[in-house]
Amino acid sequence: MKLTLKIWRQKNCKDKGAFATYVVDNVDPEMSMLECLDVLNESLIERGELPVAFEHDCREGICGSCGFMINGVAHGPERATTVCQLTMRHFKDGDELVLEPWRALAFPLIKDLVVDRSAFDHIIEAGGYISVSTGNAQDGNTLLIGKETADQAMDAAACIGCGACVAACPNASAALFTGAKIAHLGTLPQGKPERDRRALSMVAQMNAEAFGNCTNIGECTGACPKEIPLEVIARMNRDYLLASCKKREDVPTTITPGFELSAKR
Amino acid sequence: MSAATSAAEVSSQQNRIVTFWQSTNGKKVVMAVTGAMMFLFVIGHLLGNLQVFEGPEKINAYGHFLHSIGEVLWIVRGTLILAIVLHITATVQLGMRSWKARPIGYSRKEAINSSYASRTMYWSGPIVLAFIIFHLLQFTAGYIHPEASFVEGDVYHNLVSGFQVWWVSAWYIFAIILLGFHLRHGIWSMFQSVGLAHPRHTKTLKGAALLIATLIVLGYISIPISILLGLVK
Ligand code: HEM
Ligand code: SF4
Ligand code: FES
Repeated sequence: MKLTLKIWRQKNCKDKGAFATYVVDNVDPEMSMLECLDVLNESLIERGELPVAFEHDCREGICGSCGFMINGVAHGPERATTVCQLTMRHFKDGDELVLEPWRALAFPLIKDLVVDRSAFDHIIEAGGYISVSTGNAQDGNTLLIGKETADQAMDAAACIGCGACVAACPNASAALFTGAKIAHLGTLPQGKPERDRRALSMVAQMNAEAFGNCTNIGECTGACPKEIPLEVIARMNRDYLLASCKKREDVPTTITPGFELSAKR
Repeated sequence: MSAATSAAEVSSQQNRIVTFWQSTNGKKVVMAVTGAMMFLFVIGHLLGNLQVFEGPEKINAYGHFLHSIGEVLWIVRGTLILAIVLHITATVQLGMRSWKARPIGYSRKEAINSSYASRTMYWSGPIVLAFIIFHLLQFTAGYIHPEASFVEGDVYHNLVSGFQVWWVSAWYIFAIILLGFHLRHGIWSMFQSVGLAHPRHTKTLKGAALLIATLIVLGYISIPISILLGLVK
């Protein structure tokens, strides 16, 4: 297979960056998108050029490291698939693929296709802990949890923090990610004691970061490799609304984000 | 309880309200509640207007009735104006935020999982606003009545005379269709925003939103269309 790759090349966050076009003519249809980039990088190194930087770790769709736009779609054309799991047989011989990094003020570019997703880490950090007793493991089934509840929590817990939702959202909002994290802990009995504080703190941090505002458009769910449902956003809104109505002594504090919205566009 | 603690409690409550409004989620709740108020008005207004099909006496009597309840009418109007102001304030602030959140756009971006209506809320909203202003000046105040005559209190005459001008009707129909688009996404979105969504109900809710928006559009545009066709004269 022969493919033309139009890839965003940018040395660092100060550099202006531009697309560079590469022709890769020994693409095996069973390769993954990342393996295709590996092949390209080998040839770039042989030619003495700088390889294309991209993030990856597990290469089996579970770590959330990888991700970029392929022809205007986050993680490419296959639904529920990360770029590391996307095989090249989904493309046709002679296709041109445009590879672009996630674009959001909250995700500053580091190099080529790599962006800094610390903003997500801040939101996770704001979520804090759940209270479980240490010591011996509890007997199985001591806490009975309904199937539907377990399913909902499990669906939300599938989020791997890749950032595709922010990248795909026309508003660059992090509502799906934050919603998934709030829903997966809040639906289970183990997460109930800190439910209010968690919703207030994680939402406060999400809003402190340079993300846009959710308008319930739904592009995030479409791009999400784990198909996190849009209803987790409603869950976040409900938990936040209810927690806001209650009286509390402590005010959630936020971590100062790397990039602030007040910065000139 | 001493005076000092109650003062502190008041201020903590104020703080909570301020924090709530400052969060994007809080503003969305305000948008949803104000949107729901406007939505209810849109339905009530439609039911009132459809009386035009029952002849001049009926709708003129309805107009007189609305004016006769004086204070109540002004309370409703005041509430709606407040709702519009809050809805738009939140819209503008949230829109600015989102616009700033992606300073460098994509060279290529495909929509794969969203309705046209949801992506154009920032177009349908302001156009509907422009329409509401024109509409109030035309039929409520009688301040502008292009190519038509306005008789204070004769609702039936004003409607027929106003809508016989084809481009006034065309603009009305266009704006109502955009309102339909706004509501097709809005009716579902407001449930999301206040947190009343569940995977089991999403399909029904979205279907209902589309159906209600379509009925509202058909109901409203039936009036200028009937007048243009001479069915109501
Ligand atoms: C009859 C008038 C109107 C009705 C019934 C209405 C109703 C609604 C509803 C129900 C929503 C969904 C709220 C949510 O998701 O929580 C909404 C959203 C929105 N409205 Fe309106 N609206 C009206 C007028 C306007 C006007 C005049 C503007 C603009 C100037 C506007 C701009 C918007 C925008 C941009 C959104 C999407 C923002 C978001 O979801 O965050 N609307 N509207
Ligand atoms: S919600 Fe989906 S798209 Fe967003 S970070 Fe989690 S896994 Fe990625
Ligand atoms: S490399 Fe781990 S999810 Fe793709």
